[in-house]
Amino acid sequence: MVERTPILNILTHLILIMGLIMLLVPLWIVFVASTHDFRTVNTVPMPLWPGNQMVANYTLAWQQSGFGPKMLNSFIVAIGVTAGKIAIAAISAYSIVYFNYRFRSLFFWLIFVTLMLPLEVRIVPTYAVAANVLRPYQELLDATGISTILGALAGIKITLPEWSMLNSYTGLILPLIATATGTFLYRQFYLTVPDELAEAAKMDGAGPLRFFWDVLLPLSKTNMAALGTIMFVYSWNQYLWPLLIITDIANYGTAVMQLQRIVPGPLFGEPPRWHIAMAGTLMVMTPPLLVVIFMQRWFVRGLVSTDK
Amino acid sequence: MTGKRVTFSNTWLAALLIAPQLLLVFTFFYWPAGEALYWSFTLEPPFGGENQWVGWQNFKTVFEDPLYWNSVRISVIFALSSTALAMGIALILATFVDRQLPGYQAYRFMYFWPYAVAAPAVGLAFRFIFAPDAGFVSALNQWYPGIWNPARDGFDAVVLITLANAWSMVAYNFIFFLAGLQSIPRSLNEAAAMDGSGVLRRMADIQFPLLAPTFFFLVVINLTDSFVNSFGIVDITTAGGPARATDLMVYKIYSDGFKGKDYSLAAAQSLVLMLLVISLTFIQFRYVERRVHYT
Repeated sequence: MVERTPILNILTHLILIMGLIMLLVPLWIVFVASTHDFRTVNTVPMPLWPGNQMVANYTLAWQQSGFGPKMLNSFIVAIGVTAGKIAIAAISAYSIVYFNYRFRSLFFWLIFVTLMLPLEVRIVPTYAVAANVLRPYQELLDATGISTILGALAGIKITLPEWSMLNSYTGLILPLIATATGTFLYRQFYLTVPDELAEAAKMDGAGPLRFFWDVLLPLSKTNMAALGTIMFVYSWNQYLWPLLIITDIANYGTAVMQLQRIVPGPLFGEPPRWHIAMAGTLMVMTPPLLVVIFMQRWFVRGLVSTDK
Repeated sequence: MTGKRVTFSNTWLAALLIAPQLLLVFTFFYWPAGEALYWSFTLEPPFGGENQWVGWQNFKTVFEDPLYWNSVRISVIFALSSTALAMGIALILATFVDRQLPGYQAYRFMYFWPYAVAAPAVGLAFRFIFAPDAGFVSALNQWYPGIWNPARDGFDAVVLITLANAWSMVAYNFIFFLAGLQSIPRSLNEAAAMDGSGVLRRMADIQFPLLAPTFFFLVVINLTDSFVNSFGIVDITTAGGPARATDLMVYKIYSDGFKGKDYSLAAAQSLVLMLLVISLTFIQFRYVERRVHYT
């Protein structure tokens, strides 16, 4: 700005530095605590400078919690959710925006309403559905009388097989895809694409799939990056849902779930091994942190446009 | 208008493209939401069999339970105070970053980081930093023994989860406040400067009033988020204790439903929480429609 305000400028920097301290000191303390030995980490107040036990602590934390397979599971889930969300959002928004049929506004609203209720609020019944995914359809068949009619006509009783998603990757991934965030983002994007593009493509004889694949998808790359970063962080950080549906922790446990098991303290009658706990915490929070740091531009863009 | 002037007419293809999303939404959203409604009006007989219709009885049980009102009271206090704290700090930081003094990009860059940290990781970090016998805040106890102990004192526990929640939400609010500030035309600020108003005067009379839409949007988002996403923090830091001092609504649903195995009671509570979240969202939609644009 035009004016000279030396005192206010110093004050501004002071305030901003205080903000920085407030926001980053907890992360720094986690790091410092993870580099000291048991005795140092429990002295009050703890030193503010890293110690020399880093390698030992991290190796121990990694081995004790079996972070190898858990990190891999977290990656599988995060990438599954991200890819699934982008794919489903892109095609469903395409159907709503570029096709003209009767129910498209109804469908749009049916999908849009899901923004209102996050998974945590409907956690109990969603868990019951995940325990047997085909049950809703079985009950629909029974309730509408289709099974009775078929039973009377053909003499066969329709029983859909039981399909439990507990302790599986599909159970971890699918319910997280079933919301409208991405669809809404893609719809907004399609609406900004000029009509002339579709016109030209039609003129040149391109069908709907060709137009989607060769014109729209390449145009939506930034959109994809934005949605991708948001979904990666969101799905990596899931806690309650995996905690409920995964009991087979050895095979399907995720890294964030593991945090519950490394809480030290009198709760489990163990000595407070905070250095190991903090090493584990830092390892769990690193992948999404790196995504946010390196993909910041897309990340901010995605955040601002999905929620508005 | 949801569509385009130029459209394709292949209805089968359109149905095929939207089918996966509709199937997912039906299976994991509408059916569970409907089931919550059904369960909250029925009871499972103790020896198995079909659920029996009991009308409002589950809600009566919930509303007559002082433990439930305890949990509502704590949730409201928790949501309001962490929202106020997170938004206040974020607003100050965003307005000063928006002055764009040399080096402002560095602040902007690092203020985002806490957003990436998972709620339970925030919980674990704060549990350590604020532990009564290790970390930093415990120095208070050396000075005046017993003044700080979130494992024993309910008030301390609420302070702990509020701070942790506010810390994790500052980054999100900061991003939106900054985006809001940057959408205010620079010329307005310059005109005011020409008229002789100083930096602080311009913040109070130009920037804050024009941020009002962003502000109200964030109030709704923050409240919803504190009601809904607090599970990770509470579970790791206090597990609802001590003596139910941090038994937030989401946590109570979880413990009644999955530890107590009482689906009907949990469903009734879920329904109340759903209505709360829906009404908050509804306020937001009404307001979003009337959203003001300046450019």
